[in-house]
Amino acid sequence: MRKVYVVGVGLTKIGRHFDKGLRELFAEAALKAIDDTKGVNVEALVVGNMSSSSLCEQDNLGALLADYAGLTGKPAFKVEAACGSGGTAVFTGYSLVASGLFNVVMVGGVEKLTEYPTRTVTSALAQASDAEYELYFGASFTGLNALIMRYYMEKYGVTRSEISEWPVLMHENASRNPYAQLPFKITKERVDKSQIIADPIRLYDASPIGDGAAAIILASEEVARKITDTPVEIAGLGMATDKLYLASRDKLDTFKATVEAAKVAYNMANISPKDVDVAEVHDAFSILGLINLEDLGFVEEKGKTAKLLCEGRFRPGDKPAVNPSGGLKARGHPVGATGVYQVAEVAMQLRGDFPGTKVPEAKVGLAQSIGGVGSTIVVTILKR
Amino acid sequence: MKFNNVGISGWGVYIPKYRISLDEIAKAWGYPSTYPQGLNVVEKAVAGVDEDTITMGFEAARNALRRAGVDPNFIGAVYVGTESKPYAVKPSATVIAEALGITPKKLTADLEFACRAASEALGISIGLVSSGMVKYALVIGSDTAQASPGDVLEFTAASGSAAYVIGRDDGNAAAYFEGFYSYVTDTPDFWRKENAPYPMHGESFTGEPAYFHHIVSAVKGLLEELGLRPSDFDYFVPHQPNGKFPLKVARILGFPKEKVLPGLIVTRIGNTYSASALIGLAAVLEKAKPGSRILVAPYGSGAGADAMSIVVKDSILDKVGKAPTVKDYISRKTYIDYGLYVKFYNKLRRFKF
Repeated sequence: MRKVYVVGVGLTKIGRHFDKGLRELFAEAALKAIDDTKGVNVEALVVGNMSSSSLCEQDNLGALLADYAGLTGKPAFKVEAACGSGGTAVFTGYSLVASGLFNVVMVGGVEKLTEYPTRTVTSALAQASDAEYELYFGASFTGLNALIMRYYMEKYGVTRSEISEWPVLMHENASRNPYAQLPFKITKERVDKSQIIADPIRLYDASPIGDGAAAIILASEEVARKITDTPVEIAGLGMATDKLYLASRDKLDTFKATVEAAKVAYNMANISPKDVDVAEVHDAFSILGLINLEDLGFVEEKGKTAKLLCEGRFRPGDKPAVNPSGGLKARGHPVGATGVYQVAEVAMQLRGDFPGTKVPEAKVGLAQSIGGVGSTIVVTILKR
Repeated sequence: MKFNNVGISGWGVYIPKYRISLDEIAKAWGYPSTYPQGLNVVEKAVAGVDEDTITMGFEAARNALRRAGVDPNFIGAVYVGTESKPYAVKPSATVIAEALGITPKKLTADLEFACRAASEALGISIGLVSSGMVKYALVIGSDTAQASPGDVLEFTAASGSAAYVIGRDDGNAAAYFEGFYSYVTDTPDFWRKENAPYPMHGESFTGEPAYFHHIVSAVKGLLEELGLRPSDFDYFVPHQPNGKFPLKVARILGFPKEKVLPGLIVTRIGNTYSASALIGLAAVLEKAKPGSRILVAPYGSGAGADAMSIVVKDSILDKVGKAPTVKDYISRKTYIDYGLYVKFYNKLRRFKF
């Protein structure tokens, strides 16, 4: 397989884009990414998106968005893996370049959610879970994550107040991120007293509903060397899946698919967790942030992440610095685009030009994208 | 639009005496107890079983005529702005005009533009008076606002009326208009379809691209046209869907809280829709000193906002005491529980054999 590099990135600010639809959002990110490469000739497009069918009544996204990104006529694919669509799109785009089929591929992600009332969006997002065994019985996506949070808190004796440290750090990081949906600081008290969404998950544990689009351009080594002095290599990739139906899993306090995907990615990149300088992990809810750091091997003792966080770990300067973007919690979570945001943000950290909270001298970065409640997981490792 | 020959001859309000606390509604539907605080509304006014948009509008009109002190026969137009007409087809304005004894030979109509309809009626009346087509016009904003049980709208949807007698800026006028500026677009933030029992809304879409964008645009347009700044005004009375939005829009436009609070009546009576900003204006007129300048900015979903600059005159002092004030109506109250509330609003129907 050939080496693959990230040579360009483009992001939109995440938020309620009342004046933009799917295509306008995506075009903005795509054109920024092309500009970032000073106009490289993109040969194919892979787009991550979850809900265009259920919310925008739009399928055939590949061709539509290729047209709006100025790639009319080029091969184009839509990749769907619920909230992990973005990471899965990166995996697919990587494969297209690594295989030698294409030299330059744009990987994008886009999601348009804010046209609809919350209950409609919530129903669409819940389709990430098992419709026949979970949703038909009234479970919501937040409700399923709440079961995990409750179980984790009971099993490891973790308190509400300790978990609140996660959103506080995420908002602190996001406060400097110009692309973030919620760029403001919050206090633990504000988290502790916020509205209960699905007990014990509170409002400030949950990522917001927002629109956004991200695009990165992947290129072969030969092309990358020609167009940039700071190419970032995709040094490792791992992907794994698990049963959707939570009740059929062996464990609820860990995602087996993360552990598997990370193992493959670390081996491929020939690194270990302690080599990672910066990580963007999929914290759709506070509890997932804690579990992810454990599954990715950043925390040795299970159940201890919240305590380490309270002791000041995982801030910029620590190894790894976690979610300097603000994470899904505060940067935002435009579902199918999130995984692409993460890889773009890590690439910018390694290039040294991320416009928000910076991780100085970062050489190795990791992005983790999750679809469903830990059922599709892609771990991507980037190196400068 | 700038003009200087039209004024407010009289104003009056009516607020039904029943109140339900937002805590009571939150309890009924299992909302977090902190939810009402977030809206900055304590309680809302509820029309009694024998009250509707017409009866409340009539009461407010009578108060306005008392303050105007003009011969009702000189009123050449009666407009009712409402989105809760008792009859889908049959004007409310004619019923009120007849009850006031001022029919026939009048221009009359009901206007609909969500919470902004009566404000549009003010614009129409200013034109009619200014042109000399009528001597006085009576504008009524009246609503028994409807909301689906359990919807967040139910916390604020309230009942109340405001009425204004618009006439020439003569010695009898309590205040005069300096300018009127409208800003409307097709923005679907809140609507009720044919045969739908309750309105639908776009949640947070009702904020930024709707309420805030339209009010900010209308106010900025007016200020530019009149060459005025926020500091030139003593009071700012925007539409009041809840207790939070008016303070936020004031902040965006650069009006200090102190200029909003005197007209912020939503905290005690809820959102009276077509009457909301106009009851707020009445509250301010009842406190303002001659020479005070008031900026009023009604908003209606769908969407549109108006901004009008009103300057208070000396004769206001004689008029305040001629009819019950907003303060009188706010303090006249009887609390009801959720059960009685649903009965009053005909949401519970007794089965008849």
